[in-house]
Amino acid sequence: MYIAQQVAFLITLTVAGILVRRRVLFIRNNIRLGKANVINDRHGERLKNMLLVAFGQKKMFKRPVAAVLHFFIYAGFLIINLEVLEFIIDGFFGTHRIFASFLGPLYPWMMNFFEALAVAVMLACLVFLLRRFVIRIPRFWSSEMTTWPRLDAALILTTEIVLMWAILFMNASDQLLQQVNEHYVSTGTLYFSSMLMPLLESLTPGSLLILERFCWWFHIIGILGFSVYITYSKHLHIFLAFPNTYYARLEPKGQINNMPVVTREVRSMLGLEAAAPQAPSEPGRFGAKDINDLQWNSLMAAYSCTECGRCTSECPANLSGKKLSPRKIMMDVRDRMEDVGKSMASGGPGIADGKFLLGDYITKEEINACTSCNACVEACPVMISPLDIIIEMRRYVAMEESGSPAQWNSMFQNIETNFAPWKFPSSDRFKWASENS
Amino acid sequence: MTIPTIADMTSRGESPEILFWVGCAGSYDERYKRVTKAFVKILQAVGTKFAVLGGEETCTGDPARRAGNEFLFQMQATQVIQVLNGYQVKKIVTACPHCFNTIRNEYPDLGGKYEVIHHSVFLQQLIDDGKIKLKEGGAFKGRRITYHDSCYLGRANNIYEAPRAVLESLDADLVEMKRCRTTGLCCGAGGAQLFKEPEAGKSDIHTDRAGEAIATGAQTIAVACPFCMTMLNDGVKARNKEATVQVKDLAELIAESQGL
Repeated sequence: MYIAQQVAFLITLTVAGILVRRRVLFIRNNIRLGKANVINDRHGERLKNMLLVAFGQKKMFKRPVAAVLHFFIYAGFLIINLEVLEFIIDGFFGTHRIFASFLGPLYPWMMNFFEALAVAVMLACLVFLLRRFVIRIPRFWSSEMTTWPRLDAALILTTEIVLMWAILFMNASDQLLQQVNEHYVSTGTLYFSSMLMPLLESLTPGSLLILERFCWWFHIIGILGFSVYITYSKHLHIFLAFPNTYYARLEPKGQINNMPVVTREVRSMLGLEAAAPQAPSEPGRFGAKDINDLQWNSLMAAYSCTECGRCTSECPANLSGKKLSPRKIMMDVRDRMEDVGKSMASGGPGIADGKFLLGDYITKEEINACTSCNACVEACPVMISPLDIIIEMRRYVAMEESGSPAQWNSMFQNIETNFAPWKFPSSDRFKWASENS
Repeated sequence: MTIPTIADMTSRGESPEILFWVGCAGSYDERYKRVTKAFVKILQAVGTKFAVLGGEETCTGDPARRAGNEFLFQMQATQVIQVLNGYQVKKIVTACPHCFNTIRNEYPDLGGKYEVIHHSVFLQQLIDDGKIKLKEGGAFKGRRITYHDSCYLGRANNIYEAPRAVLESLDADLVEMKRCRTTGLCCGAGGAQLFKEPEAGKSDIHTDRAGEAIATGAQTIAVACPFCMTMLNDGVKARNKEATVQVKDLAELIAESQGL
């Protein structure tokens, strides 16, 4: 009986491991489609960002209600994983509640704490479901929140609730079995699950055993299945929030990345330095037309996005009804990566499929509407910058296509000829000083 | 008014304490030139030894970079840096957050390293140092003022408190809009939007923001950016409130309070 369970457990764990590994490699390859810029500086500041923003959830607390509820789920996830560790050890060795023998009187305290967390997680998930689907908070229903993103959110929240019920029913049947089966070590009274015991009292020890085992298997398969599922889901933020905050830009938000390749060219045009003897082996494009023109950390950011929509709900362009939604920018980058990755995996053309991020996923109308106000960057709880991506695409349009809006082209021309963005002669620049005030 | 240029000063063998970077709006925009003059009056009143580039000043390149034209930006920026370095400029003060952001954050990569101060911070220092003394119960007593955060000062460079400190010194009734500081709503002009019509939408950002400012009941909307000034002026006009609500720069309010 126990041997069969151990074998079944090993097979389950292996299958889950293989599936997760396959997806992790797939995602890693997709992120590696980006430019391989090296980020290897200011480790202390980066670590601090990761600890405060990812581990400490600092930016979540700008919206306190969601933050507190999210914190329950986050803490639940972190701490209940200790119990999953016990599940895995028990599963391997055919033991039962292995930690009880080590922790002795502490064990009931720990289990009670886990149960309290499980209840908090259930309540938080329930409120989140209500906010999404009953109160219908607008940011969860904007146009980029199509069927799959909405279903994804519903599946995650429902799964978490069901998994927590499995823990409580498992503990309830376990406590009843402790009275009749010595394999089941005493845990003392567990406050929340003991409330379920009256429901189960009429069951025979055999049925209880089946129920307890069913819940145990349901929970562990659920957790393992969930870990496979999240690699397909927006829920990947639970892992990628950490590297994403670590590799986030540390410069002031107003600073736009310099393009050294342009600097070299400009300096040689102005006669400030000799032209490079050989054309640098820089890839052809200025700016970004597709995901392989973006830096790898912008691509990782797209996988870190959990589609909460705080960015879009702060975006002045979106608030005034323009097509731009910073969340959609991130979702589009991710969709493009998934499409390219799947194409490559099935022997298809991959990035050379004739489609492009700019044009087939994101339109010029969207990127042209951005005011570069950084509201989206400020709002993101995991420090994603949709603005970096927008600027890269504008660079492509301006420098490779000369396809900027006509009024911007006039502005460019004014700067070139009058050294001001308006059509005023530069000889008038200092006139203000001689005018009467 | 007689405004010293850095060229004159250099030819006399002198150098200014600060270079006042006027910016394109400060030089050409009819409304915003009044801000330039107000700031100059303050500089003169407190006796700061300053100079301007005058006819040698050009666009920093900010709108070109934000619209994606990196070549034009760097051409522009490199030439500005040559001029500034040629005069051995060390310290720059400007009223424009866009110029401020570009010179301070983006020029170092191109060889232009200066101490750059926005006029809101500079004014706050003058007040803190007692060089500007504000009169108790002056003309601003009881006047309701709301401050609109410029994105390029606030989120872009974390300057939220200096402009407010300047306004507080006026002894006025300072009220905040719901969206302020880190969540301040953009006026709609940044990212080179000032230079083109907005994309199709259900409203204009600047009228939305002007509406939020008017809703506070303020008679004065204080700004610290030429683009915000243009946009909010337009927004106030679009809402037919120009008779009762004024849009003023920090420098104008300080100059007014000093009777300059």
